[in-house]
Amino acid sequence: MATVTYKAASRIYPGSDKPAVNKLDLEIADGEFLVLVGPSGCGKSTSLRMLAGLEDVDEGAILIDDRDVSNLPPKARDIAMVFQNYALYPHMTVYENMAFALKLRKTPKAEIDARVKEAAELLQLEDYLKRKPKALSGGQRQRVAMGRAIVRQPQVFLMDEPLSNLDAKLRVQTRSQIASLQKRLGVTTVYVTHDQVEAMTMGHRVAVMLDGLLQQVDTPRALYETPKNVFVAGFMGSPAMNIKTVPLTDTGAKFGDTLIPLTREQVAAAGEGGQKSVTVGVRPEHCTIADTGIAVEVELVEELGSDAYVYGFAELGNGNGAERFVVRAQGGEIPRLGEIVHIKPQVGKEHIFHAESGERIAV
Amino acid sequence: MDQIDILDELPKFGQLGIGVVAFVLVVGFLLFLVDRLPGFDKGRFAAAVFLFPTVLLLAVGLLFPALRTVWLSFFDKDGESFVGVANYTWMFKDPDIRGVLGNTLIWVIAVPILSAGIGLIYAIMIDRLKVEALAKALVFLPMGISFVGAGIIWRFVYAYKPEGEDQIGLLNQIVVWLGGEPQQWLLNPPWNTFFLIVVMVWIQTGFATVVLSASIKAIPTEIVEAARLDGVNAWQMFWRVTVPSIRPAIVVVLVTMSIAALKLFDLVRTMTAGNFKTSVIANEMYTQAFRLLDKGHGAALAVFLFVLVTPIIFYQVRAMRARREER
Repeated sequence: MATVTYKAASRIYPGSDKPAVNKLDLEIADGEFLVLVGPSGCGKSTSLRMLAGLEDVDEGAILIDDRDVSNLPPKARDIAMVFQNYALYPHMTVYENMAFALKLRKTPKAEIDARVKEAAELLQLEDYLKRKPKALSGGQRQRVAMGRAIVRQPQVFLMDEPLSNLDAKLRVQTRSQIASLQKRLGVTTVYVTHDQVEAMTMGHRVAVMLDGLLQQVDTPRALYETPKNVFVAGFMGSPAMNIKTVPLTDTGAKFGDTLIPLTREQVAAAGEGGQKSVTVGVRPEHCTIADTGIAVEVELVEELGSDAYVYGFAELGNGNGAERFVVRAQGGEIPRLGEIVHIKPQVGKEHIFHAESGERIAV
Repeated sequence: MDQIDILDELPKFGQLGIGVVAFVLVVGFLLFLVDRLPGFDKGRFAAAVFLFPTVLLLAVGLLFPALRTVWLSFFDKDGESFVGVANYTWMFKDPDIRGVLGNTLIWVIAVPILSAGIGLIYAIMIDRLKVEALAKALVFLPMGISFVGAGIIWRFVYAYKPEGEDQIGLLNQIVVWLGGEPQQWLLNPPWNTFFLIVVMVWIQTGFATVVLSASIKAIPTEIVEAARLDGVNAWQMFWRVTVPSIRPAIVVVLVTMSIAALKLFDLVRTMTAGNFKTSVIANEMYTQAFRLLDKGHGAALAVFLFVLVTPIIFYQVRAMRARREER
């Protein structure tokens, strides 16, 4: 049981002046499941590896339970890590793989045996203990990697994209297994993924990173409802939010013929620095197809059974020509290809950002 | 040394020319033959035609001598009267030859273990150093020297002059500098065998280093990192992670070295000629057959050497096949 604190921690690779992780400030509570998410190269894995001791902390510090571990070797940090490709020892059986760390610490044999058996039961691996990793399926290997972390009973679990080598169905299944396992064990967990669905479904809190900088850290719901900037707004949610920059008027944002009304304060904030336009985000699920509204020419319809996503192009009168627009349509009102539909954003569900800085403008 | 007179050597060049012309003629004739054949199943017939010279040469150069050697091993020194297994019983009864077999055993055990051991430690020490390529090249260089050349070089290293005279041998000079007495390194059994083994290890360690180093680099980084997180120290990393991960490469090196050590001839021949109890099977075979002119003894030793090498080669081929299936 432990807390983890990043204090302005930076990693600057030799020969590069741009930090891979730039002054990361992050506090992770005891027993929390925190997900680090972002596009590839955003520094999420590097942040995790800094905590593991596999990368140097060049500036700032990392604390586990108020103890500065920045300069400690990995083995002194009492952490366990699950790697993307599992990194099982190919020459050891499943049992030996899980027992290895305990054996190195000279844990009594009986206790090793008890702990490995317990973890194996938890992960339904009892029948495979004598097998070598190469005789296991991808899902089983993944569970062995989890088991190897669990038997150590570490202060913190680190997971680096542990599901990305599984097929889609197994990934969804294992996702919920890991989440419930974490809840049961109550061990502080830092989990890295590039998949925002994984982040939303698993994390107690989610930290979104871009270019080595932490963008926002909050609960999945808060990220969804109040993204702090354009990047977070576009990254979280699927399909992605429609984010358009349109002309700003005295009373709102002008989407072609349709006006999205804004408060006076919002108009003032959006116009800061002499801006004549404003960035507006509308999630596909927060639009309704109506008789009037933004005109969209349908290009593709993605049927999901209960509802459908309509992909089309809309002229927004901002000088960019026709722009992509995605809308969720309810079962009864699915349009045909080539048809022109009119879309009304639900009032109060739109997200307003400053056109230049990309920062959120509150209601 | 006599000077080589090009004119004296002319007949040899002539022979070489005849050989080259004959080769071109034979290949040309075969190609012509295949080309002129009627259309039926040309592929298989062409293959047979091309295979024929190879099979013929293998039969004449390899198969026939091998069978003839086995045959001769049951006959007396002139290859005339049948003696049964007398040549084989001689091999195991004669104390000198038993010593030879013992020497070969020492070679087969010491050379692979020392070369692979030193090669492995060296490969790990230089791994990811800035001078790695240079360090590897240095230890690999002796591989480029023939065994005969190496034998001559090391005879100088081990050269002996009586005390008080100028030492021309590197090793004795060092001993003298350190205040010791010069030694006759190659004269005193059993240590002289070990001084010969040093030469072979010197030649072979480069091979072991290069093979094992490549194998070490192929270990996935994540496995090394997982081991660090699991809490290994340097020794445990080496013994429990690195060595098991490169086990196939270590086996290849050990097997290759033991075959080379079993068949070793040139070093012993050039450095001691098998005197002072340093002889090994291959050298003894030569001595018996061509110096003492005892065909039976020589053939029996050759057959015995073949019997020793065969299982190792079988093992290697099988291991290689098993590894291919694993992929």
